[in-house]
This record gives sequence, C-alpha cells and structure tokens, in this order.
Amino acid sequence: MARNRSALIALAALAAAAILPETGQGNYVMSIAVQIEILMCLVLGLNFVVGYAGMLDLGFAAFFAIGAYMTGLLSVDLHWPILATIPPAVGAALLGAVFVGLPTLRLRSDYLAVVTLGFGEIIQEVVTNLNQTGGPEGISGIPPLRIGGLVVTTNDGYYNVFLVLVLVFVAVSFRVRHSRLGRAWLAIREDEDTAQAMGIKVRRFKLYAYMAGSVFGSITGSLYGSAFIAIAPPSFGFNESLLVVMAVSIGGIGSIWGGLLGAGIVVAFPEVFRQFAQARLLVFGVVLVLIMVLRPQGVWPETGLGLDRAARVVAQFRGRRGEAVAARHRAAGVERTP
Amino acid sequence: MNVISLSDMTVFYGPVRGVSGVSLTVGEGEIVALIGAIGAGRSTVLKAISGLVKPREGELVFRGDDLRRIAPATRVRRGLVQVPEGRRIFPSLTVRENLELAGFGVGGGRAQRRERLQAVLERFPLLGDHLPRLAGMLSGGEQQVLAIARGMMAEPKLLMVDEPSLGLAPQMVESVYDLLVQIASEGTAVLLVEQNVTLAFEITNRAYVLQQGEVVLSGPSSELADDPRVVAAYLGRAAASPAAGS
Repeated sequence: MARNRSALIALAALAAAAILPETGQGNYVMSIAVQIEILMCLVLGLNFVVGYAGMLDLGFAAFFAIGAYMTGLLSVDLHWPILATIPPAVGAALLGAVFVGLPTLRLRSDYLAVVTLGFGEIIQEVVTNLNQTGGPEGISGIPPLRIGGLVVTTNDGYYNVFLVLVLVFVAVSFRVRHSRLGRAWLAIREDEDTAQAMGIKVRRFKLYAYMAGSVFGSITGSLYGSAFIAIAPPSFGFNESLLVVMAVSIGGIGSIWGGLLGAGIVVAFPEVFRQFAQARLLVFGVVLVLIMVLRPQGVWPETGLGLDRAARVVAQFRGRRGEAVAARHRAAGVERTP
Repeated sequence: MNVISLSDMTVFYGPVRGVSGVSLTVGEGEIVALIGAIGAGRSTVLKAISGLVKPREGELVFRGDDLRRIAPATRVRRGLVQVPEGRRIFPSLTVRENLELAGFGVGGGRAQRRERLQAVLERFPLLGDHLPRLAGMLSGGEQQVLAIARGMMAEPKLLMVDEPSLGLAPQMVESVYDLLVQIASEGTAVLLVEQNVTLAFEITNRAYVLQQGEVVLSGPSSELADDPRVVAAYLGRAAASPAAGS
C-alpha cells in the first residue's frame, strides 16, 4: 500500500517534470533543473554501490569524469558523434571499476571509503596534469548531441534528454532491485557473513555493484560533456563525489525515490537560500543537519514515506483510539481492522 | 553412512586455541547435539565445518570428500548448510526474498528455483501467508522458522542449526524442534548446537559435550541426560567435585 502511494507521488512529480519546459521558465530555472537531473542520474548510479550493496564510495565522480573525458576526447579530436562515444566511455569506466574493485573490494566500510576517495582524487589529478586532456583548462567545443536528424542545442532540449535518462535509470534500478542480483546486493548490505553463508560470492557481487555504478556514472558524464560544451577538472573533484553521497543519504539510502528527492534538495536548496546572501551555504548546512537529525533514515526511505505512521501519530494525538489502531494495523500489513 | 566426520580438529584464533582435538560424526537422518557452555567452542566447530575459519589440524570429510580446501560458498552448494545463531535473517527484505536468496548458490533454472520455493512453502505453511511481508516484522519464532526454511532452500545434506531456541517462547521452541525432527526423518543429517541441554537431549539421537574447547563426553542422548558430568561441564569443575569426592 505504501509502495503504491510512493509510485503515485512519483508519477505526479514526473508529470510536473515533463511539462516544466512548457511553462515558460527562464534559463536560470531550467539550468538548475538540468543540474538536478544530472545529479539524479549520478545518484541512481551510486545507489547500486552505497544503497544496494552498502559500500561507501567517496570517489564516484571518477566515473563521471571518465565518461565526460572519453566523450570530450573522441568527439573533439576524432569527430565522433556523441552517441558513438558512449560505448567506449562505458567501457573505460568498467575497466576503471574492475581495476580499482578487484584488489580493494575485500576491504570493508571505512577502508574501502578511503580507497575510493583516493581513486577519485587520482582521476582528477590525471586529467588536470595530462596534456591530452587539456590540463587544468579541460576540453572545450564538445559538439551537441545528435539523435537521428535531431540536434539538441538548447537548455530545454538537454532537460528532456536528461529526463529520459533519469527515467531509464529508474526503470533499470527497479528491475535490478527485484532481480537475483539486487537481492544478493541487499543481502550483502544487511549481513555480509550470512550472505556468504547463503552461498553468495560476496566479492564478486560487490564488484558487480561497482561496475553497475560506473556504467550509470559514465553515461551521465558523456551527456554532461555534450550539454555543457566544455569540461574541466574542477567539476569532477571530491566535492562532486560528496554531493552525490549527500543526495543519497539525505534522500534515504537504497531508496530510488529518496535519492531523486535528495538530488533535488542538494541542488535546489542552495539556490532557494540565495536571499540569505553570504550565509546561504551556512543555512544550507544547518538544514542538512536538521534533516539528518529529524529523519536519520532519509527523507524518503526504502520502506516508504511512513505516511501510515504519521497518520497514526496524528490520530493518537487527536485521541481517536480506533483510528490509531487501524493505522497501526495498516502499517503492519494486516488487512483486518478491529 | 556418515555425512560429516571431523577427526582431531584443532582451531586457533591467532595465538588463542578455539577447540582442540575435536572428533565428531553425524550420519544420514541422524540428529546430533553439540552442547556446552558459552565459550566452550560450539560455534567454532560449526564455523570450521562451514569453512569460515581454517582449522590448523585435523580432518574434515563430507560425504567421502576432503573438505579442507573447499571454499565456503562451494560447501553450501554441496549441501552443507548452516542456520546461524540469532537467526540472522535479512530484516529489510521480504520473506520471499529471504527464501529466494537462500537457494542462491544451489543454481538451477528459474523453474527449478520456483519448485524449490514451493516445496519449502509446503513444509512451512506458516511462511506462505507472510511472503510479501518484511522479514523483520515477523515474530521471533516465525523468524526462526524462516531461518530454518531458508536453510532448507539450499537442499542440505547436513543442516547445522545454531541455538534455535534462543529467545523463543517454550511453545515455539517445541514446534521448531518438531520441524528439525521431521527434517531429519527425511534423511537430512542435523547437527544441533544448543545451550538448552534438557530440550536438546529429548530430540537428538546422540550428543557431544564440549568443555573448554574439548569434547569431554559423548554418547547416546538418553544416557547423557542423566549423567551428572553434563551438569559439571556447564557449571565448571567445582560443581562436579562433591560427586567425585563421594
């Protein structure tokens, strides 16, 4: 029941998102919206690693960078069409994932986080120092995305492209979550030892999670390069990685809808707080802390929004015992009402 | 035929000796109890059988094969299944997902996996009503049943059950034990690790008593049930001395 309600709310949000370009918003709003979508895509990628398999990854921007740079290099130097650059970008990201994952995935939690942090830094340093990647200035003049005869050049156009990408990623995430692969990941997240005792090859499945994340990250990076025409190392640093982790945890670890909401919060709030001028990041920080204190499980956790529980509290507050009990039963999944 | 046989097994945790010189067998269709106080080494024996710790010495033979170099996941696939202490179900997965995960290493196609699930649900009808619920929402007894059902999904030849009575109401313990008896009667070897001696002796054929990492007593459960030395193994040597002195 809670799941249906979640889906309804998400559908409503999707409908609103689909007509946003038609409502005549200015460039400012639309560019913020594109940023939110890009972060959503990254969040869905990191969700495999952090949300499903339960590994903390602090270098996720590395895969974003690999995608963006592969597309940048192939399209600018070799004049490949953007779409054709995506497979090699994904391939490179997968290689990176295996390269880092194989030796490190036997590590647990904190140690793994340190290694992934290092990987993120290394990639950023490499693209900053390599002449081929344009050094600190990065790559500019990345051509627009062409799909058949359609050339995407406007902000609104990229908004729609990323909206489709978010939808595809959401669909894939749901499909995977309810597959054998997804169940194995969740088992590892919940109890690694028992998962192993069930016959799940823990290290192999952790590597799969890492690889799945790298696929989403690099595809997003490829399209990002095309949308922003120019790419430079600062966009792929620790800050970006942290932003993705933040969106995942604020939304609710492992929750697809939560992650999307988290991405919205993390990008939009600093903009909303512009009225606080110089204090806006401070206000943003306070809000983030408040969210984590009030809802440590995330704004929209895996188990649903918890509206049943809220209804119960409200009902109790009003002194209506019967409704409180009914709400409790609903929450517990019991059909019968007393 | 012995499904599992350990001989002279010694396990060290770094410099600390976990168990030493433990020999034990469980035959087809037999329920054997492994009892002892906390810290006696019961879980270490189970871990060694599952492959989660490497014994320093001793032999480990499972249905005629030497197990020592076989990875834990492969052992599960061969039918060596453990129902861990404290149940260790996955609370935020549904009951169905918990069960589906269990057959993970066993393989087979989609149809085969579905068949296995059906077979397990027939044996544990209680779970059929709860399939879409989160496993964490079940009562303790139901969770224990789920943990055993999860073990059965892997089609075990040897089912090791670690303290299934822990934290359960007496009535629930009985029905869990009935399940184990039934499972054994169908040919599966069951190794039951328990603290609750009286109960364990009631349903098992034979028992081994561990004390400080060594097997101090073994034999048919019916004989051990009246043996004062069993109590001594639990309460330490001091409790045994009056009997020894008289």
